[in-house]
Amino acid sequence: MSVRQNVAGRGVAGGDERLANVSPLRRLLVRPEMGAVAGAIGVWVVFAIRAGDRGFVSMRGTANYLEVAAQLGILAVAVALLMIGGEFDLSVGSIIGACGMITALLAAEEGWNLGFSIAASFLFALLIGVFNGFLVLRTGLPSFIVTLGTLLIIRGITIGVTRNVTGRTVIGGLNDVPGYEGARSVFANNLRVGGADFSVSILWWLGVAAVATWVLLRTSFGNWIFGVGGNLQAARNVGVPVSLVKIALFMSTAAAAWLVSTIQVLDAKSADVVRGGGAEFTAIIAAVIGGTLLTGGYGSAIGAVFGALIYGMVRQGIVFSGVDPGWEDAVLGAMLVVAVIVNRYIRTRAMEARS
Amino acid sequence: MSAMAPPLLEVQEVSKYFGSVIALKDISMSVNAGEVMCLLGDNGAGKSTLIKIFSGVHPPSEGLFLVEGKEVRFTSPRDALNAGIATVYQDLAMIPLMSISRNFFLGSEPTIGWGPFRRFNLEFADRVTREELAKMGIQVRDTAQPVGTLSGGERQSVAIARAVYLGAKVLILDEPTAALGVKEAGVVLRYIAQARARGLGVIFITHNVHHAYPIGDRFTLLNRGRSYGTFSKSEVSREEVVGMMAGGEELEELSHELDEFAHTDRLVAARMAEASRELSADAGTMPSGPQLTAPASKVEQR
Repeated sequence: MSVRQNVAGRGVAGGDERLANVSPLRRLLVRPEMGAVAGAIGVWVVFAIRAGDRGFVSMRGTANYLEVAAQLGILAVAVALLMIGGEFDLSVGSIIGACGMITALLAAEEGWNLGFSIAASFLFALLIGVFNGFLVLRTGLPSFIVTLGTLLIIRGITIGVTRNVTGRTVIGGLNDVPGYEGARSVFANNLRVGGADFSVSILWWLGVAAVATWVLLRTSFGNWIFGVGGNLQAARNVGVPVSLVKIALFMSTAAAAWLVSTIQVLDAKSADVVRGGGAEFTAIIAAVIGGTLLTGGYGSAIGAVFGALIYGMVRQGIVFSGVDPGWEDAVLGAMLVVAVIVNRYIRTRAMEARS
Repeated sequence: MSAMAPPLLEVQEVSKYFGSVIALKDISMSVNAGEVMCLLGDNGAGKSTLIKIFSGVHPPSEGLFLVEGKEVRFTSPRDALNAGIATVYQDLAMIPLMSISRNFFLGSEPTIGWGPFRRFNLEFADRVTREELAKMGIQVRDTAQPVGTLSGGERQSVAIARAVYLGAKVLILDEPTAALGVKEAGVVLRYIAQARARGLGVIFITHNVHHAYPIGDRFTLLNRGRSYGTFSKSEVSREEVVGMMAGGEELEELSHELDEFAHTDRLVAARMAEASRELSADAGTMPSGPQLTAPASKVEQR
């Protein structure tokens, strides 16, 4: 046995020597998020030139686009994990609206402490996640269709119930309900850095991204996410609890939607049934720009962070430049197409035999 | 291995029905430690159904399934894995976009740390993957490279090394050489021999006798859901195995048919040549269209 280990030990040493031949630059370049990092730098440079004198590069300008990026980023990171796991969740958009409305209804109409109503909407989000997961697993249908269904169902019920109860579609005045200050300090505070107010949602965004990256790259669960997304049957054959992984991922996207909703509600002091409209697609766009494969099994949370950052910079950069905001979609669409092409190139390089 | 030790894995008269379809009927076979049992059969013979029973995907409809002499009833692939039965599927063995070491430990990740900080021990995974592959004679440059960069034979070999490391007692290989070139298939066969030398029981499923015969100790032949029986290598020749696999008479019939075809082909060719000669002779006086089809259909009728 010891002899065998010695042999193996020498094998390892030999392998390690050869390992040094793979250049660190090459290793960095084939990471899924590299395209988005380069893209973010490029976009920043473009707007720094075009709108630098109008405040894009100032602390206030930075705080401005980071806040936009943060709300999308929280969602995009969770969506990226789900997409790596091989599924889509389009219902997140309507979960944002529904969670906000549940929080507002319980607090403003039922007189609940805001903390409790936020907890209640969190519970609701988790249940929707479980429901989505079960529906996808039991029917075996594409999650794109299933969650498109739940997107419409949740949106419709939110509007219907809210109109029924209040006769309106917006509930305001949340700053008067008990527990508002406490909740606001957690979800919608501003931190003064360098003379500008930075939204605390940026910290949530970075926190969510850090946890997601840790889970994805450093835990068994993360390995299972890659496994179920890369090849469901193969993962099942080696004993990965496939259903558990998928349901947990659907729960995490729903929870991310709840977090975004809570931040928005506390920031605006009101809830609106149409909140989060279109967020399901911008989140997917950010994840894809960040190098996540639509077909699953490949991607990164950090990539989604940079995808969201690009989105925030483009959106606010256009405003700073004084260009008609209508151009925003065109720029984002072009970024998306370029990102997909670049990412495919990177992936092809990664898959090449490294001889 | 004493003669008294029960086989690592054994089925006795198992049958499997899917509705009214009889996929398997009264199959008995076994594999012992340090033995390669080849499961041979043509497409549709029931090989896949049988390995799905072994690997816990389907329970058998009838019959006994024993692991080390004790009856078992698996409800999931996990049960089979826990009993030491590892199955390596031809095309589903590995996930191409994941790294070699992540693939190696997928579903059995080694962890380090405590509570919420318990994490996938990647350093350990990389080291063990490299060591285990080295033991099987595969030198990988970088265990972080995606499995998709490996050749088909290497992927199968990694999957075999993985099963061996994770404590498999019985290794089931589903057509591991089917999509491989001659040289690559040889590499995989060598790893099968190594697994046997380490005392595993190997069930090697294939329809290629030339891969099965050199490595196999015993052969079980399936045909249309039934077993022709199990033969040890000393009892049968390669040609006899080929004969049984294809269904001897059928093969003979086929070769007659092929002769027949060749004969008719020559006949047709001769007549066509004749017809075209006639045609070219008449070409000056008649439109050629209808003429062309007439002799041809005459030939076909005969």
